[in-house]
Amino acid sequence: MSVETYNPREFHRQAHDALGNPQIRANFRSAMDGLMDKRRDAFSDQDVERLRDLGANIRRRALAKLPDLLEQLEANCEANGIRVHWATDDDEACRVVRDICDRHGACSVIKGKSMVSEEMHLNEHLEAAGIESLESDLGEYLVQLNEQTPSHIIMPAIHLNTDEISGILHDKTGTERTRDVDTMTAAARSQLRERFMAADVGISGVNFAVAETGTLCLVENEGNGRMTTTVPPVHVAVTGIEKVVEHLRDVPPLYSLLTRSATGQHVTTYLNMISAPRQAGEHDGPEEVHLVLVDNGRSSIYQDDELLDTLRCIRCGACMNHCPVYSRVGGHTYGTTYPGPIGSILMPHLMGLEDTGELPSASSLCGACGEVCPVRIPIPDLLVRLRQEAVGEGRGNVPGAGAKRNKKELAAWKSWQWAATHPGLWRSGLAAAGRFRALMPAKLAPWTDCRTLPRPARTSLHTLIKRRQAQQGGESS
Amino acid sequence: MTPIKHYPPKPRKVYFYGTCLVDIFYPEAGMDAIRLLEREGIEVIFPRDQTCCGQPAYTSGYHDEARRVAEAQLALFPDPWPIVVPSGSCGGMLRVHYPDLLADTPWAEAAEDVAARTFELTEFLLHVCHVKLDDRGDPEQVAMHTSCSARREMGLAETAPALLGQLQNVELSEQARAAECCGFGGTFAVRHPEVSGAMVEDKVDAIEATGTRHFVTSDCGCLMNIHGNAEYRRRALGGEHIASYLWRRTS
Repeated sequence: MSVETYNPREFHRQAHDALGNPQIRANFRSAMDGLMDKRRDAFSDQDVERLRDLGANIRRRALAKLPDLLEQLEANCEANGIRVHWATDDDEACRVVRDICDRHGACSVIKGKSMVSEEMHLNEHLEAAGIESLESDLGEYLVQLNEQTPSHIIMPAIHLNTDEISGILHDKTGTERTRDVDTMTAAARSQLRERFMAADVGISGVNFAVAETGTLCLVENEGNGRMTTTVPPVHVAVTGIEKVVEHLRDVPPLYSLLTRSATGQHVTTYLNMISAPRQAGEHDGPEEVHLVLVDNGRSSIYQDDELLDTLRCIRCGACMNHCPVYSRVGGHTYGTTYPGPIGSILMPHLMGLEDTGELPSASSLCGACGEVCPVRIPIPDLLVRLRQEAVGEGRGNVPGAGAKRNKKELAAWKSWQWAATHPGLWRSGLAAAGRFRALMPAKLAPWTDCRTLPRPARTSLHTLIKRRQAQQGGESS
Repeated sequence: MTPIKHYPPKPRKVYFYGTCLVDIFYPEAGMDAIRLLEREGIEVIFPRDQTCCGQPAYTSGYHDEARRVAEAQLALFPDPWPIVVPSGSCGGMLRVHYPDLLADTPWAEAAEDVAARTFELTEFLLHVCHVKLDDRGDPEQVAMHTSCSARREMGLAETAPALLGQLQNVELSEQARAAECCGFGGTFAVRHPEVSGAMVEDKVDAIEATGTRHFVTSDCGCLMNIHGNAEYRRRALGGEHIASYLWRRTS
């Protein structure tokens, strides 16, 4: 199966295409407007700022103790009968999952929603090994049928509207065309139900991994997560190493922040807490549970005191819902597993700044992302830091640092610096700009592609004040 | 989160940091801001050697260059008077980013000092001067666009609307998505012109949809962007800096 691909190097072209597509514009605008309203309403019964402080502190504490907590998590999971695997990068993570599949002679896998598995390109990897991998989250199922990737980390098919979804179900599964959402959902459910029963392995993500108890928490609404983790004989949970929290009591506030920030829900339909495989005397549940802890660049982020904040993320998607850039260009434009503001600060570590160097600049730094982040990640500051990494010599260990370094641009900023630190020269420049304003070109692309060009004033503020002081001096003498 | 600011009593003198956009493109807005401050009985000092706060280089990732320029600005305010800036964006640079940019340098203390006494113009008029505005203009509707830096970086979503609210004959119109960015974002407008263009078109449409023919803003970047797009599309939407608007209506 070939999946429609987007590339972060092509951000400009992809943005151009998305902006010129009225259907994409309308789908995202209405979806994001709705999600912003829902979030606001969902926090109306909470002291949102206090809850965000709490969420930020829980995540900070977990990260401060990350190495120890990971060892504690491993020990407690193993004690519970969950087998723990470590993977340095996406390839190794895929190999671990495939080895588990191979040991069980699996030819069919059912997947609950997992962005880490998207990051690993797990579906392609399994399919290349002859293992069929089917997405069971409705949105993921739709994008998989449509041979696409998710356009949002929480709502993977948010770029599609009802008619488009109806067309996909009709074309790919023979479902009768309808505009009735319940009919479509019921059709997808019955298609998936058989596959749950037939699957050899279920693969899920993890929202929070609790170190003190060895519990894997999985937040979902459709019940597909519960099916994935209980029906097949083997359950494999894949997650990034940063998802660990210290205590079980850390989960309720984070869960509350996650659901309210993501979909505006006070609670989700399902919160699965997985602590062991099927025990003697139990009637359901998998015989084996595996946890794959994926690093894939995260421990490198962990080395940097400032960039470390990136790892606080609980993947709610609020930053993209509130981003004026994301809501116009959509998720695919970014060409990365994680789109929007969080993607622009995370993906450079995963893919390197050679490929993703354009992403940190694709923000007006309006601060809407930082304002809603449930764990107070200073996203705008980190965007600026990555811009600095992209154009500078690199003071951290971000892969591809300096990839956007450009002699001409550097020379321009050096000249600007020189002018702005020589006030006399600056004032002469202002005076000249005012005097020769008529010589200014009327067009100066790209500014004038959609705006008129302001002309320098005839008389600068500096000169106006100097004249006034001369006058006042004259009056008083 | 923006920490709570403790406002000082009204001082005898202030420094006025005009900003480069005002200096070059909107000098009358700067003069109007000075007039508003002087009317409150404050002597306004304009340090002659001011150039640019350094923000364009800072947000573009050129921090060494921004730091040199910031250091030059720090030397402009030797006496302990407040520094008033007619821009949330440049004000945010001085108040929020100078301390970070200059941390662990010989300028760290000066940066902290300047940050602590930097005020955005509408904030200063409202919370330090406690102005009482007497509206002398005809009844009209006006829209306010608060810049993202004023709103989120400096936490000043309410100060400009509060001043406009004092104008008896002015009705402030409610736009859709008022808190959304206009798409300026400094170098963002030229680095990502198409996305920026889509954002500013939406902003102009949202302001126009209120039926208002005039908008004010406390940031010249947003003004240049929103007004430039309205003019390009030949829309009958005028815009001006809030300092000019307040002075025009009350003088």
